[in-house]
Amino acid sequence: MELRPSRRSVLAGLLGSSTAASLPGAAWAQATPRRGGSLIVAADSEPRNLNPAIVASNGVFYVASKVIEPLAEQSYDGNGLAPRLATAWHGSPDGRSVTFTLRPGVTWHDGRPFSSADVAFSALEVWKKLQNLGRVVFKDLEAVDTPDATTAVLRFAKPTPFQLIQNALPALTAVVPKHVYEGSDINANPANTRLIGTGPFRFVEHRPGQFYRLERNPNYWDSGKPYLDAIVYRVLPDPGAVAAAIEANQIQLAAFSSVPLADLARIGRVPGVAVVTKGYEGITYQLTVEINHRRKELADVRVRRAISHAIDRKFVVDTVFLGYAETATGPVPKFDKQFHTADVTTPGFDPRRAEALLDEAGYRRGGDGVRFKLRLLPAPFFEQTRQFGDYLRQALRAVGIDAEIVRNDTPGHLRAVYTDHAFDLTVGSPVYRNDPAISTTILYQGGLPPGVPFSNQYGYNDPQMNALIAKAAETVDAGERSRIYRDFQKLAGEQQPIIHVAEFTFISVTRDRLRNVANNPRWATSNWADAWLAS
Amino acid sequence: MSRAWTVARRRLLHSIPVLAIVVLGMFALLEAAPGDAVDAYLAVSGGDAGLVAQLRQEWGLDRSFLARLGAYLAALGRFDLGWSVAFSRPVIAVVFERAPNTLLMMGAAICFSFFAGTLLGVAAGVRPGSVRDRILSALALILYATPSFWLGLMLLVSFAVKLSWFPLGGIENIGMPETGIARVIDIAHHLVLPVLSLGLIYLALYLRLMRSGMVEAWRSDYIRTARAKGLAPNRIAFRHAARNALLPVVTMLGLQAGALLSGSVVVESVFAIPGMGRLAFEAVTQRDVPLLLGVFLVSTIMVIVANFCVDLLYAQLDPRVAVED
Repeated sequence: MELRPSRRSVLAGLLGSSTAASLPGAAWAQATPRRGGSLIVAADSEPRNLNPAIVASNGVFYVASKVIEPLAEQSYDGNGLAPRLATAWHGSPDGRSVTFTLRPGVTWHDGRPFSSADVAFSALEVWKKLQNLGRVVFKDLEAVDTPDATTAVLRFAKPTPFQLIQNALPALTAVVPKHVYEGSDINANPANTRLIGTGPFRFVEHRPGQFYRLERNPNYWDSGKPYLDAIVYRVLPDPGAVAAAIEANQIQLAAFSSVPLADLARIGRVPGVAVVTKGYEGITYQLTVEINHRRKELADVRVRRAISHAIDRKFVVDTVFLGYAETATGPVPKFDKQFHTADVTTPGFDPRRAEALLDEAGYRRGGDGVRFKLRLLPAPFFEQTRQFGDYLRQALRAVGIDAEIVRNDTPGHLRAVYTDHAFDLTVGSPVYRNDPAISTTILYQGGLPPGVPFSNQYGYNDPQMNALIAKAAETVDAGERSRIYRDFQKLAGEQQPIIHVAEFTFISVTRDRLRNVANNPRWATSNWADAWLAS
Repeated sequence: MSRAWTVARRRLLHSIPVLAIVVLGMFALLEAAPGDAVDAYLAVSGGDAGLVAQLRQEWGLDRSFLARLGAYLAALGRFDLGWSVAFSRPVIAVVFERAPNTLLMMGAAICFSFFAGTLLGVAAGVRPGSVRDRILSALALILYATPSFWLGLMLLVSFAVKLSWFPLGGIENIGMPETGIARVIDIAHHLVLPVLSLGLIYLALYLRLMRSGMVEAWRSDYIRTARAKGLAPNRIAFRHAARNALLPVVTMLGLQAGALLSGSVVVESVFAIPGMGRLAFEAVTQRDVPLLLGVFLVSTIMVIVANFCVDLLYAQLDPRVAVED
């Protein structure tokens, strides 16, 4: 790694070890926080529905997490969770219930008191019925008991692992006010765009195409916080303009890699600007090759392993990601110590072995050196998914597979892959959300209906894999459940139904007067109550 | 004036087939594009099969192409532009929120490029072949060959980042919105760079057109007559040569109104101006058919109106050309 004295420690994050990564936050935290000031940050999208209880996505959380809070947030310390609206939680041994102790003395931004009734309403009416992720995780939620105002007991019809519920707390449990939503069409409620929450900032104004404005909540339960008077999200759709804005000190933060990777080295040298690679571990993306198992060649595990052998993961990390990523071996990222195992048989870079496997499978090179032809659809989601598509085409060509690149925009790509199945290989970028059961096993589980995006639409249906996924879903014991998920990774490594290439996440560019940056693994989508601006 | 009204009404009637082609064409084009608004929506959040089916039903996307087209046309007949699923608001509200910004930017860009372009064109064309003419012509060529997004970014880097003379983008100050005359000045200040990057290319075009018109005019008989009469050279240049050279420039003005809208997609993104160009782009990426149609209908009407104004202007400049009625 390149060494640059002043900002070197900040750059460590994703690439270095976790101990080195926690240094900058600690160093900054020593200074006394200054109250006041408006933080101006770049935003590139304006979600039509800003309610995080309904739409659990980064674009929504980026704004909404400051206004509406979850029960708990991810943390670098302790057991990985920091309390928010809940102060304690425990699960029953049979997996049928989870009891939350709620924070007393919390009020909504409209002045009404927060209570367990709000949690019960959010869980049953919003998370379970409407939320993109909650519809899966809370599907067996039957009732929520509220014996008193600060206790909520979630009851499940079938055993539901407490470990899963715990891991789901940061992203899936945003609590919305019952008195605002009750009796209305929740999806059409005006409070979905004019948020009312309990968080450190109140929603003040959204001027479409221009900005969102949040202001300090003086009655926040964590007294003394937040430090900032206001947060303004300035809508800047052009990446070049974002880089210019941070350079000119007109914004103090460009989160979610809105400054292109190629610009980072240059902008990192601008005085007063820092490049921060930490603070997104909780939303790790995976660069994958998705495979259509309906193609007879690709249904053969030898061919899939050959493709995996053909990919030089180190080269991809260094060239496509300019080093801002890590190589991957399977469906659970290295960051997640709860589940990750390195003990897998994922094929490494070995083009000769790839050729031997392809020969063995009966696909010999023809007169033109080509074994067979494929359609390759790189997802347009990231610059890197497109660039890796170009690399993959060359890597496959080297082992005698001719891949023709088919480019689509986002809706076109989703339709082609997840509904029409009109692909042989695609380059995908699924996000890992803190537990394999939230959005990862669905990529491996067989027998799903067509048209569901980011799910197994690959025609892969393996009884052993399905059995493992089903068993983990009902295993309540955390140790046992983790063990099953390690078996899951081993099987995935062996069969290569999806080929994992790299794990990457976002990068922030900040003005260094913004403090307490990246101090939790979901920092950009957390509440920023302790963020402050040095003078 | 009443004659102008009759002509205006007739023009609007004539534009109905144009609008019909726009509507049908857009509808069919977006139908042919792979993926629909639900696919675009799910790209952000994902969702299970139940949610997918529920959204398609709510947004009316489970109906056939003809049923959707029929419903849209019926609503259009009641001057209802429909509902934008991308913004969860009526199309008319979304479009009219953005239209003033684009109109302001385009209007300023047209005025700037027209007046500066013709004046410089006259300056170059007064003495063709002179040093001044050569320098101006070379500059015009360079400007004309510069892509507007690049020009925009370069203006941004030099005048907003390095020199800090102008704000980096946006339509007005977002921290402390101004009121009254201060707001007008603030908005004008914000518009300088986008208007320059949008207008400079057309300035070059007008300069070239004006110059060649002047060169042509110097060889005409009426100029020789004017000279023979002993008129002052400046008077000949402005009253005689320039007035005739202006005609093709005015024709170009009408065409520019349409082309500017497509240029505004890029400039509005670079300068973060919430206008119709960016809106059209968002509508396509979100597969929001009613919104895209709304943008195109409103901008088609804007172009038709602009062309009508140009025709009136033309008649003023050249009495031989009357507005047909």
